[in-house]
Amino acid sequence: MAVSVDEAVSTGPAPDHTPAARRLGGRGRSGLEVALLIVLAVVMLFPVLWMIETSIKDNRDVYAIPAKFFGFNVTMDHFRDVFVAPGGGRSALSVAFLNSVVVAGVSTLLATVLGVPAAWAYSRFSVRAKKDQLFFILSTRFMPPVVVVVPIFLMYRQVGLIDSKIGLILIYAAFNVPFTIWMMKGFVDEVPAEYEDAAMLDGYTRLQAFWRYTLPLLVPGIAATAVFALIFSWNEFVFAIFLTSSDDVRTAPPAIAGLIGGTTTDWGLVAAASVVFALPVLVFAYLVRKHLVAGVTLGAVRR
Amino acid sequence: MGTVAAQGLCKSFGKVQALDGVTLDVPDGSFFVVLGPSGAGKTTTLRAIAGLEKLDSGSVHLDGRDATGDAPAARDLAMVFQSYALYPRHTVYENIASPLRARRRSSSEIAAAIEQMSSLLHIERLLQRRPAQLSGGEMQRVALARALVRSPRAFLMDEPLTNLDLKLRVEMRTELTRIHRSLGATFVYVTNDQVEALSMADQVAVLKEGKVQQVGTPTEVYERPANQWVAGFVGSPPISLLACRAEGDCLVGAGGWTLPRPRWTTAEDGRALMLGLRAEDLSVEQRGDASLSGELYGLEPLGDRTVVDVLVGTEILKVKARPTVTGAPGERLLVTVDLDRAHLFDAGTGLSLSEAGR
Ligand SMILES: Nc1ncnc2c1ncn2[C@@H]1O[C@H](COP(=O)(O)OP(=O)(O)O)[C@@H](O)[C@H]1O
Ligand SMILES: [Mg+2]
Repeated sequence: MAVSVDEAVSTGPAPDHTPAARRLGGRGRSGLEVALLIVLAVVMLFPVLWMIETSIKDNRDVYAIPAKFFGFNVTMDHFRDVFVAPGGGRSALSVAFLNSVVVAGVSTLLATVLGVPAAWAYSRFSVRAKKDQLFFILSTRFMPPVVVVVPIFLMYRQVGLIDSKIGLILIYAAFNVPFTIWMMKGFVDEVPAEYEDAAMLDGYTRLQAFWRYTLPLLVPGIAATAVFALIFSWNEFVFAIFLTSSDDVRTAPPAIAGLIGGTTTDWGLVAAASVVFALPVLVFAYLVRKHLVAGVTLGAVRR
Repeated sequence: MGTVAAQGLCKSFGKVQALDGVTLDVPDGSFFVVLGPSGAGKTTTLRAIAGLEKLDSGSVHLDGRDATGDAPAARDLAMVFQSYALYPRHTVYENIASPLRARRRSSSEIAAAIEQMSSLLHIERLLQRRPAQLSGGEMQRVALARALVRSPRAFLMDEPLTNLDLKLRVEMRTELTRIHRSLGATFVYVTNDQVEALSMADQVAVLKEGKVQQVGTPTEVYERPANQWVAGFVGSPPISLLACRAEGDCLVGAGGWTLPRPRWTTAEDGRALMLGLRAEDLSVEQRGDASLSGELYGLEPLGDRTVVDVLVGTEILKVKARPTVTGAPGERLLVTVDLDRAHLFDAGTGLSLSEAGR
C-alpha cells in the first residue's frame, strides 16, 4: 500500500490537544481507580506477555515447575521451527502463513475492487430503494459465521470448492464486500460530487471523472477499509477450519490450533507461531488506530 | 453560435418541486441573468442545462438542436460552480488544463492557452499552487479561468461572486462584463443579487419557487415588474406596498388615506389593490399634487442618500431623501407621490395592472 501511516489514518489537522492528565480524568484520580486499572491491565496483558516469554524460552524452562518468570534461557529455536521443518526445508506452519497471506490479500483485493465502485454508486446515484438495499447488504453481516458454515460447507462440496484457497478467498470476499461498501460509502459521501460534475463539463465521461478526480481522494479511506478487511480475513477461524483440511491449503489460525492436542504439545512452537501470527495484526491495527477507537462510526471521518 | 433554450423544465426532489415548468430563451452572445432568492431553483436550472440533472420533463435545445438526453461532455458547455469545485489535489495549472486535456490538446497548446488566461485573470503567480492555498477571490478567478480556457457554446455561471467580499465583488462585476464583451460569448449567469442582475444583464429572468416570474431587460424588470413579488424582490430599498382600492377618482387606502386615481388604471371600483411605490418616486422634501401624510418612523443614512421610513396608517413607506435630511421620530410629515411612476397590483393574484394604460 503506497500510503503512509499518517495519510491512511489522517482525519484532518485536528490533533488532540487535551493535556494527558485531563484526558485521564485529572490528577484527582483515586488510588482505588489506579489499583483497579493496574489489575485490569495485568489481566489483559498477562497472556500476551506469557506468549512472548514462552516463545523465547528454551524447552526445559517452558515446562519448568514452578514456572519461571525471569532468569530463563533465551532461545530463538521456536521461531526457527515455525519456518523450517525438522528435517530442513519448509515447515507446514510456514506454508500455512503463506496461505494466510495469499487468502487474506486476494480476498481483500477482491472486496476492495468490488466494494469501492459499489460504494461510489450508492453514494452518487439515486438507486431505487437505496436504504433497503444498503440494509440488506449489511444484514449479511448480522449472522455469526458459524450459523452459515454448514450450508456453505454443503454447497462448497457440491461445486468442488471444499479445501481450496479459492473457496476461502470467495467466502472472505463475500463477507468483506458489505463491510467495504458501508465504510467506503462514508468516505465517498465526504468527497463533494461537484468534482465529478466539473470534470464531466470539462469533457470527461462519468467513469473518467471518478477515476481522475474522486478516486485519488479516496485512497486514504480505501487503505483504512482494506486494513480492516485484511485483519478480518487474517484472523478468520471458523470457515477456515470447516472448509479446509490439507496442509497446503490451510491458513494459519487452524494450523496453529492444530498444534495443540496431540499426546504432547510443543508450547514453545505454539507461542512462537502465535507471535508471528499476531504481529501483522498489531502493525495494521496500529495503522488504523484512530478508526478503531472511533468504533468505525460511519461518517466520522471529517475532512 | 451559442443559443440555449430550455423548454418547460420540471424537476422534483422528493416532495420539493425544484423546477416547475422553467422556460428560458437565451440568445446568442447575450449576458443572460437568472435572478431569484435562495432555493428558487437557479442551480437546478443551470445543472439541467448542463446535463447534470435528470429532468422529470422538459427539453434543452443547444444551438437549435435537441440536447436533452446528451451527456454533459457532449454539450460543449463550461460551468463555474457556486462552490468553484476546483480539484483539490491538482495545481491551479492542472485545474485550468483539465478541459483541454479532456480534449487531448497538445501540451504546447495547453501552455499557450493557460498563459493567455492567466494574464487575462491576473493569476500568473498562482499557477503552481493548490486550491487550498488560494483566497476566495483567487479561487473564483481560477474557476473562471478553467471555464474560459476553451471556447464552449455557452458559459454557465452559478453565483460566482456571492462568496466574495463587497469590494472584490464590485471589481469582478466590471471584469466579467468586460470579458463577456471581449469574447462575445453566451453567458447564463445565476445570482440572487438584484444589483448584480441589473448592472450586468442584457436580459433577466426572475425565478421564484421553480417558476419564471418575468423575463426582460433590467429596465423592464425594474420599471414594469410583472407582479407584486418581482416588484418587491428587485430594487433597493425595497418597493413600499400599500393596500387600497379604487373608488371613483380616488384610491382609498386601507389606512384611511386617499390619493387621486392614476389616469392609467383600468381597475374597476371596489377591487382590492396593492399600490407599489419606489423610494425614488416618493419625496419628503418636495411638494406636489398627490401626497400622503404620516409620521417619521426612522432614518437610515446611506452616505450618498438617506432612506426615510414614514409610518402611514399601519404601513411603512420607504422614501429616498438627500443625506442632509433630519427629523425626530414621531414628527408629522407629508410624502409627495409621483403617481405616474406608481405601480398597481391585484391584491389577490399579485399581477400588475399598470401595463394596460401605459
Ligand atoms: N440534490 C437535491 N436533493 C434534494 N433537494 C434539492 C436538491 N437540489 C436542490 N434541491 C431543492 O430544490 C430547491 C431548489 O434548489 P436550488 O436549485 O439549489 O436553488 P437555488 O440555487 O436557487 O438556491 C431547493 O428547495 C432545494 O432544497
Ligand atoms: Mg444555488
